[in-house]
Amino acid sequence: MRSEAGNGASWPLKLAAGAGIAFLLLPLLLIFVYAFTTEEKSFQWPPPGLTLKWFAVAWGRVDIWQALTLSVQVASISTLFALILGTLCAAAVSRSKFFGREVISLLVILPIALPGIITGIALRSAFNLFEIPPSFWTIVLGHATFCIVVVYNNAVARFRRTSGSLVEASMDLGADGFQTFRHVILPNIGTALLAGGMLAFALSFDEVIVTTFTAGQQQTLPLWMLEELIRPRQRPVTNVVAMFVVLVTFLPILAAYYLTRDGDTVSGMGK
Amino acid sequence: MSSEAAVLPGRGGIFGGLSDLFWRQPKLFVFLLLTPAALWLGIVYLGSLFTLLLQSFFHIDDFSGLVVREFTLATYAELFKPQNLDVIVRTVVMSALVTLGSIVVAFPIAYYAARYAKGRWKAVFYLAVMLPLWSSYLVKVYAWKLILAKEGIVGWVFEQLHITPALDAILAIPVIGGNSLSFSFIGTFLVFLYIWLPYMILPIQAAVERVPVNLIDAAADLGAPPVTIFRHVIFPLALPGIVAGSIFTFSLTLGDYIIPQIVGNGRLFIGQVVYTQQGTAGNIPLAAAFTVVPVVIMGLYLWGARKAGAFDAL
Amino acid sequence: MNSAVSLQKVSRHFGMVKAMDEVDLEIVPGEFFAMLGPSGSGKTTCLRLIAGFEQPTSGHIEIFGETAEGVPPYRRNVNTVFQDYALFPHLNVLDNVAFSLMLKKVPRVIRRKKAEEALDMVRLGGYGNRKPGQLSGGQRQRVALARAIVNQPKVLLLDEPLGALDLKLRESMQDELKALQKALGITFVFVTHDQGEALSMADRVAVFSDGKVQQIGTPEDIYKRPQSRFVADFVGSSNVLSPEFVYSIVGERRWASLRPEAIHVMASGNNVSRMTGTIISRSYLGPTIRLLIDLNGTQLHASVPSTEIMPGEGQKVTLGFAKDAIHLMEPA
Repeated sequence: MRSEAGNGASWPLKLAAGAGIAFLLLPLLLIFVYAFTTEEKSFQWPPPGLTLKWFAVAWGRVDIWQALTLSVQVASISTLFALILGTLCAAAVSRSKFFGREVISLLVILPIALPGIITGIALRSAFNLFEIPPSFWTIVLGHATFCIVVVYNNAVARFRRTSGSLVEASMDLGADGFQTFRHVILPNIGTALLAGGMLAFALSFDEVIVTTFTAGQQQTLPLWMLEELIRPRQRPVTNVVAMFVVLVTFLPILAAYYLTRDGDTVSGMGK
Repeated sequence: MSSEAAVLPGRGGIFGGLSDLFWRQPKLFVFLLLTPAALWLGIVYLGSLFTLLLQSFFHIDDFSGLVVREFTLATYAELFKPQNLDVIVRTVVMSALVTLGSIVVAFPIAYYAARYAKGRWKAVFYLAVMLPLWSSYLVKVYAWKLILAKEGIVGWVFEQLHITPALDAILAIPVIGGNSLSFSFIGTFLVFLYIWLPYMILPIQAAVERVPVNLIDAAADLGAPPVTIFRHVIFPLALPGIVAGSIFTFSLTLGDYIIPQIVGNGRLFIGQVVYTQQGTAGNIPLAAAFTVVPVVIMGLYLWGARKAGAFDAL
Repeated sequence: MNSAVSLQKVSRHFGMVKAMDEVDLEIVPGEFFAMLGPSGSGKTTCLRLIAGFEQPTSGHIEIFGETAEGVPPYRRNVNTVFQDYALFPHLNVLDNVAFSLMLKKVPRVIRRKKAEEALDMVRLGGYGNRKPGQLSGGQRQRVALARAIVNQPKVLLLDEPLGALDLKLRESMQDELKALQKALGITFVFVTHDQGEALSMADRVAVFSDGKVQQIGTPEDIYKRPQSRFVADFVGSSNVLSPEFVYSIVGERRWASLRPEAIHVMASGNNVSRMTGTIISRSYLGPTIRLLIDLNGTQLHASVPSTEIMPGEGQKVTLGFAKDAIHLMEPA
């Protein structure tokens, strides 16, 4: 009997799937609720009262602003590096055959495939060896290392879908290499790069493990949050920040989805 | 007919000259494309990974506290000390349990999303998985700290249903129980499960999507009941997705050091040992030896999965 | 006068594979030149060498007297119509056609006008605002054509231009291309594996095989006077006669080619001669009837107008053909 294939799922399946979705989303929604609670010292449920005052408090906290600014700066520059290096690699790998081509694909994915703690320790010892003290730039280098693969995957997928004869046609019509890049290649991979860049930004913005090893005294927002988790100061303020972070990372994801919806593999798997 | 020459001069200047050069020497061009990334990843990153591995073959001198750079297996031998072995076993068991648990929870979601979700619902399922996946890791851990807190929502639900004694009974179970959910292994398990769940859902969904619908129709045509269809057609074809997902959940749990610290009963996991050893203890060789453990375990796991034919359908 | 394109002992090797082997070729300015051959014969490589997408391993290429090897494609005044059309998906039709003018920094108003003129020439006037994805295959091909001619190149290269079109469209495009070439006066060089196309469109044809040019000549030359078994076999379906058979007819031990339509077929009745054979199979093709006849052990294809009345299979027929219909080729 073709009950499953033809008409729709059986209700236990529907129930399990629905419960699963609820399980995934509920914790995040709870955070939103807790951002409004009046209770300061514990995680009491249900919240005794609702208030907006924690938003104002969070707004006034200097350490939060510093952490936020640092996170944004780090994410921006790391994404820039990742965009350049990732696109160059993707262009080289998809356009020519050369010795060690598969090796590059493996190499690029390594920083993200290995547990963060290994990448963190490795980078820290590399910096120690070259006697580079932890600074803004060590954080950026660490982030760029694992952000490359996100851009790379998106770019490679798009390069594969672009017809090879477009470059030849462009050159045939009189465009040299740089003109071809500007007028033909870039417009065709633009949205893939944008999607990859946004995902890289979100990845960098959220990263905590590698950052613990590559940061010195500075705190990115995740580092701030980790501190709050271990030694809480004002719980509801943390909730406000948490809610803010969820919203901020949601938007690039949504945008990246719409940009690459037509057939590319979504690079979410690269994380 | 055109009155221009057949061969025109180039653009001139830097760009024109470089263009001609790269066209004449494509290999040079590729080399330049790759060099920055290759230098950084290949030399610096790989190099430091290799150095780390090397460190595991050194040992720390008990008296001076300094690293002695001589080849020895003594540090690896230390892994077999009871308290270290304990840590390893604990981490591996937790990883296995989390993997199994996430397969059970993820499969219905992935299956439904792949085969029955259409149109708007497909987008809903996609976003429902993507949002937790890309939300801040720490925020998610934090959310569970809220949920599992003694005064939090779980306790409240049990109270409303008048089954608080059941919760106490669960917490009283030795080894995995604790003072409250957020200080027990059950709590750790739940958090791990939640955080890695999207990594299990996505590959299973991709694998199921690749199963041609007419295979299932053919099996049904031949008279197979749904359970048999599942066991002999769907599950084997979804297996590569399950294996791929399990690689994520297993290896991510093996290396994690933040979650056990925040939601757990204080017993150590591999990640935490590595963190403390390379930090305050300054015992880099031991930290290095400990990092090798998850890598080796994952290697064995992949090899075993391959042997069992999990990658055959790929 | 300079040749439009001159290849002198040009070879292109890929490792051990000789895609082109010491090819000599001269193309006359203003002619419609076809390069014909099966896949892998080297014809496409030859086209790519002229365009500049490949470099010769050895030999010399000249375009209108100027050295071409070592010159990148963007510096050659040569344009190509690609087999997959290679239209830029992110530009509309007008911008596609005006692309080369845009690179030369031709002012916007002028390049729009020239692009529209080119589109009119290929009978796609008014399609400027559409995107390539919205066009049919035939329309895309015209855009590719317009894009290539707007520049008024010295030589226009076409790579299997009609391959992707259906039969009716192909036939009408053949006429259009010929008319376009005459109107523009540009040297056209096109590559095809379809010998019917080459014969109907070209002024001269070069037949390629295994990286070498087998024969260059007018369509009539190639068809009626093939110089080798390969050409005889590839261009039109011919009877390739073995040296023994040829010896029995004309007294020379050489391979020969005999076109099916040159054979005269009559019902034998009761007369039997050494030119009497048996019909093995008979196919009605519309304008012609194709017969496979066994003549004393040699099988021959004959093609007769369907207005004639032909016996059926198994019947005896007498064959006749003019002496000069047998074209002698290489010796045994």
